[in-house]
Amino acid sequence: MFDYNKALSDTIVGIKPSGIRKFFDILSEMKDVVSLTVGQPDFVTPWHIREAGIRSLEEGRTYYTSNNGIIEMREEIARYQERRFGLRYDPKNEIIVTVGGSEAIDIAIRTIVNRGDEVIVPEPCFVCYSPLVSIAGGVPIPICLKKENAFKLTAAELKEAITPKTKALILPFPNNPTGACMRKEDLAAIAEVIKDTNIVVIADEIYSELTYDQPHCSFASIEGMWERTIVVNGFSKAYAMTGWRLGYTLAPQYFTVQMAKIHQFGIMCAPTTSQYAAVEALRNGDGDIEYMKGEYNARRRYVVKRLREIGIDCFMPEGAFYVFPDISRFGMTSEEFCERLLREKGVAIVPGTAFGACGEGFARISYAYSIRQIDKALTLMGEFVQNLK
Amino acid sequence: MKERILAYLENDARLTPEQLAVMLGITEEEVRAMIAECEKDGTILSYQAVINWDKTGKESVSALIELKTIPQKDRGFDSIAERIANYPEVKSVYLMSGGFDLAITVECRTMRDVAAFVAEKLATIEGVTSTATHFVMQKYKDNGVVFEPDTTDKRGNIW
Repeated sequence: MFDYNKALSDTIVGIKPSGIRKFFDILSEMKDVVSLTVGQPDFVTPWHIREAGIRSLEEGRTYYTSNNGIIEMREEIARYQERRFGLRYDPKNEIIVTVGGSEAIDIAIRTIVNRGDEVIVPEPCFVCYSPLVSIAGGVPIPICLKKENAFKLTAAELKEAITPKTKALILPFPNNPTGACMRKEDLAAIAEVIKDTNIVVIADEIYSELTYDQPHCSFASIEGMWERTIVVNGFSKAYAMTGWRLGYTLAPQYFTVQMAKIHQFGIMCAPTTSQYAAVEALRNGDGDIEYMKGEYNARRRYVVKRLREIGIDCFMPEGAFYVFPDISRFGMTSEEFCERLLREKGVAIVPGTAFGACGEGFARISYAYSIRQIDKALTLMGEFVQNLK
Repeated sequence: MKERILAYLENDARLTPEQLAVMLGITEEEVRAMIAECEKDGTILSYQAVINWDKTGKESVSALIELKTIPQKDRGFDSIAERIANYPEVKSVYLMSGGFDLAITVECRTMRDVAAFVAEKLATIEGVTSTATHFVMQKYKDNGVVFEPDTTDKRGNIW
């Protein structure tokens, strides 16, 4: 008799599945749900970018590229990062084109974590960091970010979490699910805490183009932090290119050479068609970014205003395309609230606990939807909370 | 800001000043004032619904008609274009560059009605030297609106 328990990796078996699976099981069975759950743009990739991908196929560019990505693309990434965020990286030695930001996060974590190393993960956050740290043999150390700090990581919180075993800090800003942004002064305070340590920072800046009150500040641009920072970025959010699966790492050569090994042996290279499309995006896509950002911004204002009108407390997010309202006063857990909203009104939003235990009392609403759909969902949500009072 | 208001209204004329104010981060009074100004100076001409009449029982035929004309002294194409625009069947009138002068679209109940309109009204206008009528067989998009849009959300539920 074949024994699967003996066949499986203890580490992988030990990774906990998402605690809110039940909620999504209900969601997947229901029909005609007004959903505000999806974590990806509702825009289709701009046509000139799609066309560049199609053209590359017509020209027969169907082969592997070099491991780290076609050089034109890495050069364009370097130009783009300097133009938009003032960062400087050498396209030959400091950039790897990856399969989405997700692979970039994975290879960054695996490159630096030894067994037992602690990696600080500010929560609530996107779901992948802690499992990837565990898979790499490390120990994720969550920090519970607070609403009263606008869900920013503070120097005091960070100091408290640092131990002699701390190897790295994940900095996921602008943040999914809270929409929080760290401004230059906020990042400088973090830099001050770690500057005399050997802590590596993985700055996941995938939402860097979606900031509404002021331009994004990269952690690598903070004085003295470039050397210790691995920046993760990509095309999914800025250019509405989630399905193309394309991201990249920016890091000093010491990191890049090592990360490139995992990428080379595990992945080979990012999709070729996507790389050619991305070259076009980087060269001629700044206008697309501005347009989509303007649309998200209008929806951001609208969703926050409507939430406040129906009596739901909500902090004004500065980035990404999510709001993270406080639903604690209704006396239910996040999951109960979202499940009842779904069953009673057919409106789907994501329980805050999907993004870490400290998301309890909150829910995530995505505004990557049309104003009409947002309007419809919030009207129904208003009726729902009215009945709760 | 005015252009942004106009762009939103062009796409959805039912957005209220209150909604636009929130979306654009300005006051409702400012939105109202800008809209009023645009209505007054003729920037905003009308608020209309885009209707797919095929969904109703109503019979309707559209045609594009190319006209060649003799421009009039002093008034060029203006007087003839204005005269054509007076007919309620005529939905649009454009002066064109290229091989003909005016392009007009008309909407009538039947093809026979279109033919009669062209023969009896358009062709007889003084200065019209020729007409070429093209019937619309199927409308896919009109006024920026796709007629049978696929509205299913194709995004995977990755949260």
